[in-house]
Amino acid sequence: MRILGILVCVATGAMLIWASGEFPPWGDPNSPASLHVSPRYIEKTMEETSVPNAVTSVLADYRGYDTMFETTVIFAAGVSCFMLLRLFSGRERSSHHYRHILTGLTLRVRRKGKQLPELEEFEPMDSLWTPYDLILRTLCRFLIPFIQLFALYVIAHGHHSPGGGFQGGVILGASMILLAISQDMRSALRRIRERTLAIFSVAGVAIYAGTGALCLILGSNFLDYAALSRIFPVDPVGARSLGIFLVEVGVGIAVMATMIVIYHNLASEGFLDEGL
Amino acid sequence: MTSHLPALVVTVPLLTAFAAFAAGWLRPKLCFPVGLTGLGITAISSIWLLAEVLEAGTVTYELGRWPAPWGIVYVVDRLNGVVLAAISLCAFIQWISSRASVKSQFSDRIGAFYGLELLFVTGVMGITVTGDAFNLYVLLEIASITAYALIAMGGGRAPLSSLNYVFMGTIGACFYLLGVGYLYIMTGSLNMADLASILQGMRSSQAILVAFVIIIVGVWLKMGFFPLHGWLPNAYTHAPWPATTLIAPLMTKVMAYVMMRLVLFLFGPEYSFGVLGLKDVVVWWASLAVVAGSVIALSQKDLKRMITCIILIEIAYMVGGTFLGNRSGTTGAIFHLVNDVFMTLCVFLAVSSLAFRQRELDMDTMEGLFSEMPFTMGALVTGALSIVGVPPTCGFFSKWLLLKGALEAGHYEFMVALILSSLVCLVLFFRVFEAAYFGHGERSHGHHRMREAPLGMVVPLLVVAIGIVALGLMSGEVISSIIEPALPRGVL
Amino acid sequence: MDRILEVVIAKYNYWIYIVLMMIGLYGVIAKNNLVKKIVGMSIFQTAIILFFISMGMKKGATIPIIIHGQEASVMASDYINPLPHVLMLTAIVVAVSTLGVALALAVKIHKEFDTLEEDEILEKIRKS
Repeated sequence: MRILGILVCVATGAMLIWASGEFPPWGDPNSPASLHVSPRYIEKTMEETSVPNAVTSVLADYRGYDTMFETTVIFAAGVSCFMLLRLFSGRERSSHHYRHILTGLTLRVRRKGKQLPELEEFEPMDSLWTPYDLILRTLCRFLIPFIQLFALYVIAHGHHSPGGGFQGGVILGASMILLAISQDMRSALRRIRERTLAIFSVAGVAIYAGTGALCLILGSNFLDYAALSRIFPVDPVGARSLGIFLVEVGVGIAVMATMIVIYHNLASEGFLDEGL
Repeated sequence: MTSHLPALVVTVPLLTAFAAFAAGWLRPKLCFPVGLTGLGITAISSIWLLAEVLEAGTVTYELGRWPAPWGIVYVVDRLNGVVLAAISLCAFIQWISSRASVKSQFSDRIGAFYGLELLFVTGVMGITVTGDAFNLYVLLEIASITAYALIAMGGGRAPLSSLNYVFMGTIGACFYLLGVGYLYIMTGSLNMADLASILQGMRSSQAILVAFVIIIVGVWLKMGFFPLHGWLPNAYTHAPWPATTLIAPLMTKVMAYVMMRLVLFLFGPEYSFGVLGLKDVVVWWASLAVVAGSVIALSQKDLKRMITCIILIEIAYMVGGTFLGNRSGTTGAIFHLVNDVFMTLCVFLAVSSLAFRQRELDMDTMEGLFSEMPFTMGALVTGALSIVGVPPTCGFFSKWLLLKGALEAGHYEFMVALILSSLVCLVLFFRVFEAAYFGHGERSHGHHRMREAPLGMVVPLLVVAIGIVALGLMSGEVISSIIEPALPRGVL
Repeated sequence: MDRILEVVIAKYNYWIYIVLMMIGLYGVIAKNNLVKKIVGMSIFQTAIILFFISMGMKKGATIPIIIHGQEASVMASDYINPLPHVLMLTAIVVAVSTLGVALALAVKIHKEFDTLEEDEILEKIRKS
């Protein structure tokens, strides 16, 4: 296998490098890629979409159809992880651990079964021994709202600075994963339940496809945001900016929900009881 | 509404997928009807679209109202239209037929399973209808990721086979992406029609040559063309039956369509057939692939694995037919693509009905099946006759065209491979029918009551079997009005 | 000597990414452990993403966000090409999705066979 691998890699690499002899030099402003299609995106983005960030306008407007399917890809990955790993019957364990919150005393209860009830002063522990770290828990609890605020800023300000739906959605998802890592998965699941996550992920992509379908119903082509100027009080160029914002929100919601679903299913091997 | 048909054909399955997934969490009983309605609307839209293309010529649709090459455009011509109609009909029939199977195996995650199946259908429909090279990559990945997940639900060895499919499939898709990158860096465009016109003037460029080679290798990896087929037998055999009956007829055939679209329209017949004398090499290689596929299929004991290996032979026919380079060969390859969707669907649905009742598909336990399940076996016989190439089923006419094309091009080795593989398929199916009719076991002397599969499985199966014969009887009109005019002018 | 140096300076970014791609490809083909194969696949996809990004560069240009106050006189050569960035946003998401599904499959395989080395798994399959 090794020899086959080396042969294939060397042959493919040699062929690819041979082809690069004809490539334009790095950074050439007169290369075909810089001259043919993209100048219009840069020159016309303000007058056609009123969004200064050319990447966002190309992503969500000129080539918005690709982005809709990209969101569908991440949704499909989340659904796949759920479908492959989720086991609705709980994990059988022969002993459970509890920790007294105030003193740090730990108890081991030897009883077969899935999950013992939550007691008032004792919290259930993961079967993998982790020390109770007050600094980590408190710090993360303080940080998470600010992280989420920053994520919302990234989503909303994607028109004027690098950012947008995907980036903001991932940061939102990361904030909930931080909660799951710093405390435990049960608290993260208490904050936002599995069913809510599933509905969010569908709702996010459906907002995107729904905006496109709305433009279809209003008489124009699929995903032509200028049609939105019929129902919102903006001119067609402003309607494009509005349409871009709507789809970015949809993308952000979908990506957040999917990231959290993938983390929960992978880290707990499908049981959704305890994680890392 | 009719002017929006190209967008509807992809958007309706997409929205239906979301509805089915949401229904799985809220009201699981609604998943099946929702999908049925969505796929029905899709099938009607694609047939209507084909009718429009036949009447008015190529249909173009600009998404977001941005003209090509700045926006993404959908271009539907005759080649597209007929493949779209075939795919959507196949998906609709398979949806009805697999209901009992899905309910018995995946009832606790039925929303997710149905949602992924509908997303797979969205992916393959989108691959067929798009006119933009990068959009094709995204839709290809939708179809692939959902296929990986659906195949891995089989239990036992299925996750490992699916992981091998993940590795090889991702490498194939990334090779395609790399090729598109090479094309972009040399031309600056991603739109297929725009690329075709720019590439006319770049025939002797080495970067374009490498882009061509790497794109075709990537597509062959995803198609299961020998020797890049390692993932196919394991992945399709270990997958659960509902997933196999959906993915096996569609995935590899759509990749064959992609190859035809790139070879005939993007790079053009003069370039693809003339560069490096690749034409003859590929046809020789395809003949080898046909023989190898026949040998692999002959050595299988399990029925499901055997019919999976027959796909290898069919794919090799399509590659060889396309690269023969003349009208008969290319027409034969395109008609074979449409035929193979239905032939594969028929054979797989029949064997899945057998598996639903029998649970074990070894040659030893199969006897008496003709009297126990006459309709299923009748449909299996029809599908088998079509694969072998017996008139009046459609398989005969496409093989006839391929033979004619090979004769005209002087590729006698391809003719020999075609005839040899037809004989091998005959032997394969004869073994199955002999085991089912005469039997080897002790219970061959009893009288077998009829124990057919449920009505929901038998009726779609019979519809497909009748369709195969009908397609064969109408093959003259289909070829002359749809397929012949679809070929570009450069094919002689 | 000067000619060779010129060629290297003009093209070295493409060569580096191609070498990175081949390292990833070798990982997928030749390694035995499933997680190492998944990592190789990830390296391969990342190298392609870097390759695309590097083709959008223009000398002396800034990021493709129209500078506030200069909307009237926009020249395309002042801003780098946004299209490869857009395409690669999509490619990154696709790569992450494939990674997620591959890891879920690895977890399932581990549950079934208790190991992640491919030769041990094939041995167990052959025995059963």
